[in-house]
Formats: sequence, structure tokens, C-alpha cells
Amino acid sequence: MKKTYKLKGLDCANCLAKMERKISRLKGVRNVTSNFFTEKMVIEADDILMPEIEEAAAKIIKKYEPQIVLEEA
Amino acid sequence: MKKLIGRLMVSAIFFASAIMINDSQIELVLYAISYVIAGGYVVKKAVYNIKEGEVFDENFLMSLASIGAFLIGEAPEGVAVMLFYQLGEMFQSYAVGQSRKSISNLMDIRPDYANVLRDGDLVTISPEEARIGDIIQIKAGERVPLDSTVTEGSSMLDTSALTGESLPREVMVGSELLSGCINMSGLLKAEVTRPYSESTVNKILELVENASSRKSKSEKFITKFARYYTPIVVLVAVLLAVLPPLVIKDATFGEWIYRSLAFLVVSCPCALVISVPLSFFGGIGGASKNGILVKGSNFLEAMAKTEIVVFDKTGTLTKGVFKVRKIHSVTDEPGYLLKLAAYAENYSNHPISLSLKEAYGEEIDSHKISHVEEIPGHGISALVDNIKVLAGNDKLMEKFSIPFIKERSAGTMVHIAADGEYAGYILIADQTKEDAARAVKALKEQNIKDIVMLTGDSESAGAGTAGELGIDKYYARLLPGDKVEKVEELMSRKSEKGVLLFAGDGINDAPVLARADVGVAMGGLGSDAAIEAADVVIMTDEPSKIPAAINISKNTIKIAYQNIIFAISVKVLILILSTFGLTSLWAAVFADVGVAFLAVLNAMRALTYTPAPLS
Repeated sequence: MKKTYKLKGLDCANCLAKMERKISRLKGVRNVTSNFFTEKMVIEADDILMPEIEEAAAKIIKKYEPQIVLEEA
Repeated sequence: MKKLIGRLMVSAIFFASAIMINDSQIELVLYAISYVIAGGYVVKKAVYNIKEGEVFDENFLMSLASIGAFLIGEAPEGVAVMLFYQLGEMFQSYAVGQSRKSISNLMDIRPDYANVLRDGDLVTISPEEARIGDIIQIKAGERVPLDSTVTEGSSMLDTSALTGESLPREVMVGSELLSGCINMSGLLKAEVTRPYSESTVNKILELVENASSRKSKSEKFITKFARYYTPIVVLVAVLLAVLPPLVIKDATFGEWIYRSLAFLVVSCPCALVISVPLSFFGGIGGASKNGILVKGSNFLEAMAKTEIVVFDKTGTLTKGVFKVRKIHSVTDEPGYLLKLAAYAENYSNHPISLSLKEAYGEEIDSHKISHVEEIPGHGISALVDNIKVLAGNDKLMEKFSIPFIKERSAGTMVHIAADGEYAGYILIADQTKEDAARAVKALKEQNIKDIVMLTGDSESAGAGTAGELGIDKYYARLLPGDKVEKVEELMSRKSEKGVLLFAGDGINDAPVLARADVGVAMGGLGSDAAIEAADVVIMTDEPSKIPAAINISKNTIKIAYQNIIFAISVKVLILILSTFGLTSLWAAVFADVGVAFLAVLNAMRALTYTPAPLS
């Protein structure tokens, strides 16, 4: 399952790289790609684990950049 | 943003008044106020992140550097670090905002709505809701929302957003409309041929947006670099603060801590992390503006190292349309010769026969034709107006022992004999594209080592086209499978880092497109298989876009390298200068954020670059 998120207000490219790395280490995540300029992140993961992953990913994102508004795109 | 500017200004006022006042007690208070206003937010964020276990965070490092400066009695520098850092961040995020805007402008080809006729009424819906077979209406000035075929009206179409082609295209009933184009003049009604998810505009947007997920080597290098750079610089800073005062006589902790603080200031790899991917993303965006879709940063990077360019002939270098190019009549009656040929070939649907009939142009009276016999691999024999006509190749003439003119030329010769007498020949050939010769010339000027043409056609047709275009090497009479073999053979001849680029129309050469280092499919989004297999898709059918793509690639790489070298060397310079105590903290922070800002501006040049037209 593949889901795309919009990270509105994303400000720091280095933080995005860190978020990507952390999220890709979550259990069940197959692939994470992100684009600083379109403010998009694509998470590919197992269907069953997706809700948990989504929650954990949101936490990680908020940790690095609290001002980000996360939307499903 | 405005709040931040206000804060920085207030902070700057306190800072300035602190400098002017001579009382050291009041001075310190003023500096502290200035610091809290400018950097309180950064310190707060740093504390929060440490609690979360994130040590090498730029907020923390900046806080540490500035508070360190306060502690060793350099309060003004501590404030300056925070002020400049924030100012730099502001400029940088402004520049990033600007580039985001230009990128989204570029990708602003997404249609917002479609006007659909439902039960005689015009209904506005989102393009996603339209179905195949729906009739849509497009007014002048509107964007074509879905791939469709015109059923009513005629107009001029601006296709520049898709193809980079500035000349408008004329469309009429029966013409195909690609979504994303803009209707310039008349009112059009059209039948939807593809759902939005499969439409041209959606495919382009997906391609460009996903392109950045295939990272180039430079981007991978930067990602790696960024991971190790910060911890290493911080570690060196700690050693610099502690070791020299212990080892060197007369060295004080104050002095060496001050020097090490500069290390912390330049410890964020931000300039690189933003500007290098931005260069590639800009390059991909700029290429798509020119009608060249690149499926990944890695392919954009690879194209700059092209050593061998392999072209497929038909449909890539030539138009793929057969036309009568020359009529040679023994009796000096070319019109009559053409008539005989067209009549004899009347019942055949071979492209050669079709081109003969097209060149003849008049109505064919089929009552005059009888006894038509096709001789496989040779040609046709028929009775036309009671004349026994033979039309075919060399072998046909030899079979009937008719002496004929032998000539080597690019194309297919159709010999004609009337009642056993040689009457002449008609040369039928494909036409090379207008810009094909220019494309080859431009590639040679780009120092491409080998330009090779592959074709399934005859030796003479291959030789003719290659000669006309100035291509030195060609291989003819290849079956689709042979093309893969040839490409593999050519690949073994390039240098280790060199790249072989193959360009084809994608209809038969999906395997070759996939095998080449960089596979380029020409002629837009016609064949889904080609888009799947290709790494680069050219929206128009112009081979000259290939040298243009190589130029865009080279320009992008140049900008990315400039940024890498510029940013790293400034950082290294600051590190060296501060090790020897030759720079102040505020100069270090100014240089560091300045580099990031300039690098982002530089990266944007990749987006706006347009290769010069070929001469």
C-alpha cells in the first residue's frame, strides 16, 4: 500500500532527510521517498501495519518540525 | 515571516544600543534582552529536541555556540551569531519559497474542471469524474481537461506546456486533443477517450513529481556527507576546545573555546542538503518545460556522460512516411510510368503501393485492371489497359530477363516493365526529419564519440539515410532482437563511466530502450509500453531534443557541482581560519548562511535554463 502525504510548512531539508530515515526504519515500511520542494512524502508499507505506521510517522514529523500541517494527498 | 522580521528588528535595536553604551552592567543586560528576543525560540526548540534524543540538531548547535560565547565573555558575538543565523534562515526560506513557487507554476498544467454535456445540459465537474465517451466543451482560453477527440468546431491549440513547442497547432473535427493544452480561439466539443488517471497531463505530472525519488549519485553523496559531517565537525570542535590548552603552553581555554565555537556555527550541512537536490529537481522541471520528460535525477545526471548515441532509423530520424522521391522514365513519360505502377499496385495495401497511389493522385478505374498476380518477394504482374505490366524489385526484372537500371540509393526501387520492355523505375523513400541532420551535427559538436544508426531496412536504405544525415556508423537489416544484441555489443566498447543513449520511437524497441543506459522514447505519450520502458520521454518527435537534453543535463550537473564545491570550500575555509583564530564568530555565521542562500539562488538557474536552439 502506498500513501502520499503533503507536509505543509516544511522548512528544513536536513530535517526531512532525518524524518525519511527514521520513518523508513519503522516496522512494516518498505520504502519512503520525499520531496522537499513539492512538500510531499510517499510511504510504502504493509497494509495491516499502515495505521500504526501513519501514527508513528506523524509523530516523527512533528518532532522535527512542529509547525508542519500533515495532509493526505 | 513578518513576525520574525519584527522580532529581529527589535533585537537589532537592543543590540545596537548595547554597543553604544559604555556601562558594562547595562550593556550585558541589553545584550541578553537582544539575545532572548532573537534566539529564544531557537534555544527552546533545542531543549525540546534534546529531550527527544536529537543531539546534532542545528538549533542546539547554534544555541550552544551563542551561549558559549556569552560564557567566555563575548556577549556581542553570541548575539550576532543568533541574529545572523535567524536572518540567514529567513533569506533561505524566502528563496526556497520562491523556488517552490516557480516549480509549482511550471507544473500548473493540471486542469481544475471539465464542462461535460449531460442530457443536453452543460455540467461543470472535476476531470476525475469524467468518463470515456463523455462529450466535453472547451471554450477559448480554457485548458483541455481530458484526452479527447474533437467532434465539433475547430481552433488553434497552444501545446507549449506539454511540448515546449511555441507554434500553435491547428485542430479540427477528428483531431486528437491532449489534456493540458490550451484552447486559443474557437469553441470545441470533444469526446473523452481516456479517463483522467490515464490522461497525458496526469502522466506528465506523476512522472515529474516521482522523478526526484530516483536519486542521482551527487544527491546520494550529499545525503551521506550530511550524516557524517555534523558529528565529525562537533567532535573536532570539542577536541579543539580541550586539547590545545592542555598541550600548548600559554594557550588559554577561553581563546580555544572561542575558536571551537566557530566550528559549531558551520556544522549544519543545510546549504548542500537543499541546493543539490534543488538543482536536479530544477533541471527536471526545466527539461519538462522543453518537452523532455526525465524519469529520474539519476538519468538526468547520466545523460551528461553520454559517449555513444544510438538512433533507431524509422520514426526516429525519419518520418516513417513513404513517399515517391524520384521517377525515372526511359521514354521520358514520368506521368505515364506512375500511372502504370499505381494501376498495377491498386489491390495491394503495402506502404509502398499506398505511396504510389498517393503520388498518382487520380481516381483509379479498376475495370481496366485484370489478371493481377502477386509474386511474393518480387512484385506484381497485372494486365492494365491490355498492357502486361510488371512492377517490382531487381529480382522481378531478373526473373523475366528484362535488363534494368541498377542504382544504389536510399529507399526502395520499383522497376516497371510494359509488355516485356523496361519502362523505368520509381524511387520510394522515407523522408528524414527536418531537424535530424542538425541533431547529428549538434551531437558531434558535443563530442559524442560514436553516433550509430540501427535499422531493419535494407542496406541501401540504411546507407542512404546515414549518408544524408552525416552518421558514420549504421547497421541495417536488423530484426528487433538483433537491435538488443547490437546495443549490447556497442555498450562493451564505451568507457567504464560512459553512457550509451538509445533513442527510438518506442513501438518496437521497448527491449532496447530498457537495455540501454539511458533509453529515450520519442513522439510523446503514444505508446504506454515505451513510456514504461524509457528513462526519458520526448513529447515532440524531434531528434534535436536529444542534444538539448544532454545540454540540460550538463548544465544541471555544472550547477550541482558548483554548489557542492562552493559550499564545502567555504565551510572548510571557515574551519581553517577559525582554527588559527583568524576569524570572528559573526563572520563565520554570516559566511555560512550566505552560502546557503546563494546556493539556493544558483540552483534555481537549473530550472530557468533553456538550451540554445540548434543552428
